[in-house]
Amino acid sequence: MIRPKVGVVSCSGECCSLGTLSRIATRRVLEDLKAGETVTICLPLFLAGDSGERMFAKQFPTVAVDGCHKLCATKAIEKFSGKTAATVDVESLLEELGSSPPASRRVFTPEDMALVAVVAGTIVEKVDGIKEAQDV
Amino acid sequence: MKERPILIIPCSGIGKPFGTIGRDATFRVVDELRKGRADTNCLSLLVMGDEEATKQIRESAAIAVDGCPLECARKNIEIAGGRIAAHFKVMDLLRENKGLRPRQVTFLDEDGTKLAEMLAERIAVKVDELGGQGR
Repeated sequence: MIRPKVGVVSCSGECCSLGTLSRIATRRVLEDLKAGETVTICLPLFLAGDSGERMFAKQFPTVAVDGCHKLCATKAIEKFSGKTAATVDVESLLEELGSSPPASRRVFTPEDMALVAVVAGTIVEKVDGIKEAQDV
Repeated sequence: MKERPILIIPCSGIGKPFGTIGRDATFRVVDELRKGRADTNCLSLLVMGDEEATKQIRESAAIAVDGCPLECARKNIEIAGGRIAAHFKVMDLLRENKGLRPRQVTFLDEDGTKLAEMLAERIAVKVDELGGQGR
């Protein structure tokens, strides 16, 4: 049985380091942890692209990865493309862990990379949950 | 009109190194080279029509930084009603530096870093030309 790939879309927000954290964790899933099982799209393409881009969430069950509580990725996907299958709110996740956001939005320390691993692991859990549901 | 920092908005494309180069260059300018005279904001806020971000982009001179020919940064700024004071395209820089071949997306490799540094210098000069001021 061929299962559709799962979409993972990061906000990549530029205003704080949480956007970088969401972006790096998303890339880690795409190119390593779930390579071949996941696809992505640039979030700004939903508005700047054509109708093809807006089919994304309809074609792929999609996990939104949001850096902060504003949840831009979730809201943009649901506004332009379709219902998200899951959301990872990175700011909430860090609050649960009692961790501070990375100090830099450009250069990550080994401690920051440990947070990347946690966020990426959470994304993987969502992806696995979606794929298991596809099997039912 | 009160002088404001120049707003630099990169596309932050996530599929290829070009978006990372534009993003990295933007942070070099706003956090280091022209700290306080240039600023950035989340392009995704503009995409979802955030009221505050839309107001900010309409009241500032904006520099769009695009990684690929789809020009998401420029288009989204214009859709939000912003004024493009300058537009930088990573592809133009690549054409000028054909020996540099960036391959890494998540963390820039040596060639990607060189391109980001070059782009940041150019953006910084443009911020000076546009007269970016602190808040």
